[in-house]
Amino acid sequence: MVTVSRSTRLSIANEIDLVRARQEVRVQAQALGFSLVDQTRITTAVSELIRNMMKYAGGGTMDLEAVRNGVRAGLRIICVDKGPGIPDIGLAMKEGYSTSNGLGYGLPGTKRLVDEFDIWSEVGKGTRVTISKWR
Amino acid sequence: MKGQKFPDILRKRKSEILEGWMKRQLSLAGKGTTPDELRKQCVEFLDLLENLMQNGGSLDPNDPKARPIIEFLKELSKDRVLKGFSPTETATFVFSLKEVVLPLLQPLAKNEETFTHEVMPLSILLDQLGLLTFENYIENREEVIARQQLDMAELSTPVVKIWDGILALPLIGTLDSQRTMIVMEKLLQKIVDTAATVAILDITGVPTVDTLVANHIMKTVAATRLLGAEVIITGVSPAIAQTIVHLGVDLSGIMTRATMAEGLKLAIRMTKQQTADERRDGINPLEKGIAAMQPAKGQKGPR
Repeated sequence: MVTVSRSTRLSIANEIDLVRARQEVRVQAQALGFSLVDQTRITTAVSELIRNMMKYAGGGTMDLEAVRNGVRAGLRIICVDKGPGIPDIGLAMKEGYSTSNGLGYGLPGTKRLVDEFDIWSEVGKGTRVTISKWR
Repeated sequence: MKGQKFPDILRKRKSEILEGWMKRQLSLAGKGTTPDELRKQCVEFLDLLENLMQNGGSLDPNDPKARPIIEFLKELSKDRVLKGFSPTETATFVFSLKEVVLPLLQPLAKNEETFTHEVMPLSILLDQLGLLTFENYIENREEVIARQQLDMAELSTPVVKIWDGILALPLIGTLDSQRTMIVMEKLLQKIVDTAATVAILDITGVPTVDTLVANHIMKTVAATRLLGAEVIITGVSPAIAQTIVHLGVDLSGIMTRATMAEGLKLAIRMTKQQTADERRDGINPLEKGIAAMQPAKGQKGPR
């Protein structure tokens, strides 16, 4: 049973929001007692997701939740946008694939940085990515 | 007779209105605006308002008659932004006038017709003027912020020559696309200007290296190499190193060192090696010039 103990919502529209979101995530990860490496991992993962959101959908929202599963504490981040959606998720998750001249490591790399990774997308409706990291 | 009665009242009871208005605003004086200054602003505004009302009271920005009062409020907002007034304090300038003027119009408000033709338009006009100050305030404030952002981007990316042929570029803060472009431009220009052969890019002050930042770094390295120089990345923290590896970004083709000091050592060794090679091969720039003048001789340098 995963319970949410605290939830913060940030709206993302520009790079200043990105910086703020990263800072917020880092502060919360610190408060939950994540190691420095894990703090960096979560922050980087969030940075990837938000950059995607800004690049493809022009913005969206990020929910930052402090979660608890029994004795384990963790951080869950849900990024939602109302952008064009991803036609082929399998392809988007492939290493080195990018539609925008990027490195193509964003989504697969993010998945490796966190413990749980879930992506939902529908063309024309938007994309939702949920990631969790447990301590 | 539209808009006639208030100008009359304004003309006749101007000093009374002025005093009442000043009184309401005096708490603001001392915040960079002296009472004398405030009085001057108030008198000027009342004159402009009187003029505007006599000309029909339209606030269309394309109307030349409305321009003086709009310009005046623009200046006022700008002045107040620079003096550190809050938005409320700035907008109060006009709104507090309303508090003084409306009670004077009370007799007109009792009659339905004079209410719709006199009191309402004036109230709307003053509201519009108040909103105008507010809007101008925000505009000015945004200008200040935009300028500061530009300053920050410029200031936080110095390219320093720290040794013969060696440049250092300590990056601090967030590397977005715009800043990376400034960094790259500055670095490449400085390489050409100083004929540097090694540039040390220190990322100690960059808190997050995601794939976009990594991509920017790789592009900077590639561009630098096109100019015949090398880049050494320094200041990669253990946490960032692990994260980059997890992300899957391959930085193996790039020279990296943990600290700036190590990077500098390597850079000095590289430049020394280069001069030694050049001396041995006889392509020291000076000798090259001599060799060009005397094509018969000069295959080897003095050893």
